[in-house]
Amino acid sequence: MSWWDPFIEAFPSLIKAVPLTVMLAVTAVTIGIVIAVFITLARMSGSAFLRWPAYTYVYVIRGTPLFLQLFFIYYGLAQLDIIRHSMLWPLFRDEYWCALLALSLNTSAYGSEIIRGGIQGVAKGQIEAALAFALSPVQRFTRIIFPQALRQMLPAYGNEVVLMIKATSIASTVTIMEVTGTARAIASETYAPVQVFIAAGLIYLALTGSLTYGVHCLEKALHKRGGLAVAR
Amino acid sequence: MTLLVAALGFLGGNIIGAVVAIARVLGPAPVKWLGATYTTVVRGVPELLIIYLLFFGGGEFFRFIAKIFFLGGDGFADAFIAGVLALSVVSGAYSAEVFRGAAGAVPRGMFDAARTFGMRPFQMLRLIAIPQVLRYGLPAMANVWQLTLKDTALISVTGLVELMRTTDIAAGSTQRQFFFYTISIMIFLGFTALSDFLFRRAENFCGCHGHAGGKG
Repeated sequence: MSWWDPFIEAFPSLIKAVPLTVMLAVTAVTIGIVIAVFITLARMSGSAFLRWPAYTYVYVIRGTPLFLQLFFIYYGLAQLDIIRHSMLWPLFRDEYWCALLALSLNTSAYGSEIIRGGIQGVAKGQIEAALAFALSPVQRFTRIIFPQALRQMLPAYGNEVVLMIKATSIASTVTIMEVTGTARAIASETYAPVQVFIAAGLIYLALTGSLTYGVHCLEKALHKRGGLAVAR
Repeated sequence: MTLLVAALGFLGGNIIGAVVAIARVLGPAPVKWLGATYTTVVRGVPELLIIYLLFFGGGEFFRFIAKIFFLGGDGFADAFIAGVLALSVVSGAYSAEVFRGAAGAVPRGMFDAARTFGMRPFQMLRLIAIPQVLRYGLPAMANVWQLTLKDTALISVTGLVELMRTTDIAAGSTQRQFFFYTISIMIFLGFTALSDFLFRRAENFCGCHGHAGGKG
């Protein structure tokens, strides 16, 4: 048996775990964007009662490790009677939902910073011009602010999806068998950790690499069309 | 322990980052290519996987190093060295990018001017490049430090008793998970707030008014 055999043999099982990794990341980012939009609205609103909780939320999540957040949700919250007796208990008992919740909340905090940056990046003159044209607030947002903010947000959000794919590996610590979890299981069966983890690393590289390339192409397409404003 | 691992990892990362950044800016093509591969690979693979790889893969090697440095028990040496090394490798990839970006921000004319003054390459590095790279790169270095600090929690999977592992043990043995994980979150927030404060002081000291893109 050559040194490379465990490396090659690990691939089929690892590839079978890829859909779970991708599902976790994609679902988390989708839920995360929805939450992030609300957080951003709260952070940019005029009321301090909305601004402060949103600021605290973002600060707490960005200031602590995702690993700790996951354990807090999975082990910590599961202790509280309010959670145990609530309708949500079946969800909090399930490691998949806990991991999804932790990932979604985590990416929502980073995402809201990206969205805020994108919106604030729109030049003041553009908004003044829109006001001078007497566009309604909705028109101002859909025609002027959003298309330009989107173009600025896209690279940063692409990066965030890459980070999420990497972050799903942490879900393996609550027994979810995605790529990293599967790799650990194979490694402890075959006693060939180096080969198996290198194989898993290559799979992650392929995932993140193709994602980066996809975002790059999308970015180019958006720039060529001069943004969505003209297209509509 | 958390702070020690984070600090050593960050330091190691800075050294790796500086070497790789210099290699990527000044080195010949193969060296440049090697540096680029390193940063791409490390930034495209989960940190947890790198920790597993070094911890399970490097056992023999670490025990050998541990013997040289007279570090205690085998298990501890493994986890500690694997932890520091993993953090160095990860933060090295990020800080290499930071240094490279900051080096790109130093105007070319500065080097031309230095050459006309008759400075030797080493003087140029010491007097022109390094001070400015530090200044441009500082806000981004703060981010890398925060990342490193948060990544220490992952090291707990190797059994190294840092903050996260201590929390796990305390929570598990007292069955008061909610309480202990909340405390641990508070401690991490404290670290974050403190390092925010210190880096802001450092930024003021260096005269770089941080966070690029600020409206002046």
